[in-house]
Amino acid sequence: MRRRLESGEAAALAELYDRFASLAYGIAHRVLTDEETTGRVTRDVFGRIWATPQSFDPDQGPMRSWIAGEAHRLAVARLRRREGTAAGSAERIRTASTAARADYIVTAMPAPLREALELARGGRTDYREVARELGITDAEARRRLRLGLQLLASATTYPDDVRREQRV
Amino acid sequence: MTAARPGSREPGDQEQPGGGAGAAGAPRVPAPRGGRAPGPAAPGPGTVPAVRRGTAPRQRTGRERTGGRPGAAPGPEGDGRLTHQELMSLLGVWALDACSVQEAACVEAHLNDCARCADEALRLRDAVTLLGPPRSLDLDPQLRHGVLESALARRPAVRPVPGWAAPYDAEAARLDALLHDINADEWDIPVRVRWFAGEERAGRSLTVAQVLDHLVAMDGLLARAVGLPDPLGADAPADPLERTETRWRLVTAAGGDSGPARLVAARAWEEWREQSRELVRTAARRGGRTGEEMLPVSVCDPGIFPGLGAAAGPRIPLSDAYLNRAFACWTHAGDIADAVDYPYEAPLGAHLRLLVDLTARRLPGSIAGRRRAGLATTRARLTTAGAPGRTVHLEIEGAGGGDYWIPLDSPTAAVTRVAARDAVAQVALADVEFCRLAAGRQSPAEAAVAGQGDQAAISDVLSALTALSRL
Repeated sequence: MRRRLESGEAAALAELYDRFASLAYGIAHRVLTDEETTGRVTRDVFGRIWATPQSFDPDQGPMRSWIAGEAHRLAVARLRRREGTAAGSAERIRTASTAARADYIVTAMPAPLREALELARGGRTDYREVARELGITDAEARRRLRLGLQLLASATTYPDDVRREQRV
Repeated sequence: MTAARPGSREPGDQEQPGGGAGAAGAPRVPAPRGGRAPGPAAPGPGTVPAVRRGTAPRQRTGRERTGGRPGAAPGPEGDGRLTHQELMSLLGVWALDACSVQEAACVEAHLNDCARCADEALRLRDAVTLLGPPRSLDLDPQLRHGVLESALARRPAVRPVPGWAAPYDAEAARLDALLHDINADEWDIPVRVRWFAGEERAGRSLTVAQVLDHLVAMDGLLARAVGLPDPLGADAPADPLERTETRWRLVTAAGGDSGPARLVAARAWEEWREQSRELVRTAARRGGRTGEEMLPVSVCDPGIFPGLGAAAGPRIPLSDAYLNRAFACWTHAGDIADAVDYPYEAPLGAHLRLLVDLTARRLPGSIAGRRRAGLATTRARLTTAGAPGRTVHLEIEGAGGGDYWIPLDSPTAAVTRVAARDAVAQVALADVEFCRLAAGRQSPAEAAVAGQGDQAAISDVLSALTALSRL
């Protein structure tokens, strides 16, 4: 993909957008909550990878991580600018950051876990239905959903650490 | 299509220091959802959270290690007990509120006795609140255009996607996004596809997978024409309906249409999407301006320009073959969107204009075809090729609109300024309506058409428009 981007193939940019736009947009939106700024961050993320494909280093991790990381970074930067020194801004930025991390974890977790979570989220679907949909046993559905949530729970570790550090 | 957000409940109930020692009467681990949808076995709203009473978690650690048996927890069937292992395995689905009411009650009872599970339950339930809304539902199609434009302004493409392939690229991306937004329980919804067979309304009820397989089959014709593999095999038929039916047959024979609707559709979806990407890449590789590269009609979808005939080597612009597929992609995405009751907007103005233009150019052949079949209501007037004949002025409104003078007497009749001024009738309609008529998704009677002049000519043109439609 990077080679195609480097060679200036516009179709590669479009494919990249189709694959990762909802990831970038979703993460930025969790931080910023308004559509206009989120759109701008999305534009900046894809503008950057297209203008300087070298800024993505495949040795550092997959493209998905790069996009998520950029969306997160640029969104938090915009939120900082917007919030300035307003009361509670640090907490809001931290909360938004955790949410964005969680989004990333969901998109990066193994597909079987993600699929199960996608089906069960919203609380309208019983796990037996999830099992039927995915063609797996009930026990396997329970296992996947629990494992997925355990991975997701790790998103909170970071801000907790920060909070603890701040208390010390 | 939106699912209720799971995260919007119980703000701050994870802030229970020390396991709720101070919160007398409050459950240590509240139920995942306040308002559980009362299923047939549900005891009623409000009863579930009251099952347990708060207990300090650390006191029971020893017991949890040794026993692992919760108290008198009834099994899901009302008798028998669940083991610690079984209860632990339920923690995830409990946190997601994706288990039965009885199971939830068992888990909640157990959480009072088992600190380890209580800890995990809290963690998992917090994790559920982190689950975002199910995918961003409305990624504005305009955003894609804006993002790509702005990136390409920063660094021009060495190999751009040609303007005539851009609508196909955009429409395929939109359908892809629509499919991403379809809920798990919506995949088996019947998709009503309507068109006109001759003068009669025709229709069929298809599955999402069948619609996608239809697109695979028809896009495959273009794939074959540009040198890509035909998904139906090298000796597949060229007739559209035959191709589609062949595709469905092949899928059935391979067992591809058995199993949950979602998985069946996922297979077709993936194949369609990969082929559509390959078509865009190929368009970019071939490059060129609109109408520049021609394809022999024999390798094209014969329905693009009705009446052109495969003999004598008439040729169809590659750009029109791509626009034709963009049109079909939009139409069928609209069918699917209608089925799941999801709003689906028109293509970008610049793209819509290309689709309107293609449709207007397809019209004369259709008018002639109807005349030959004796379906036309206006009397034929003989003209020699190239000589000016009567015209109907189409005034297409909207972002994709424009003015078109459609020759009535012969598809090869020249349209001069004079003839245009002397149009026998004038028809005004919106860009989207025009396309929906051509797709057969709307009948002339349903469309908001303002016409003046020769009513018979107007009726001929509108009927010829719907005659362009098919499955």
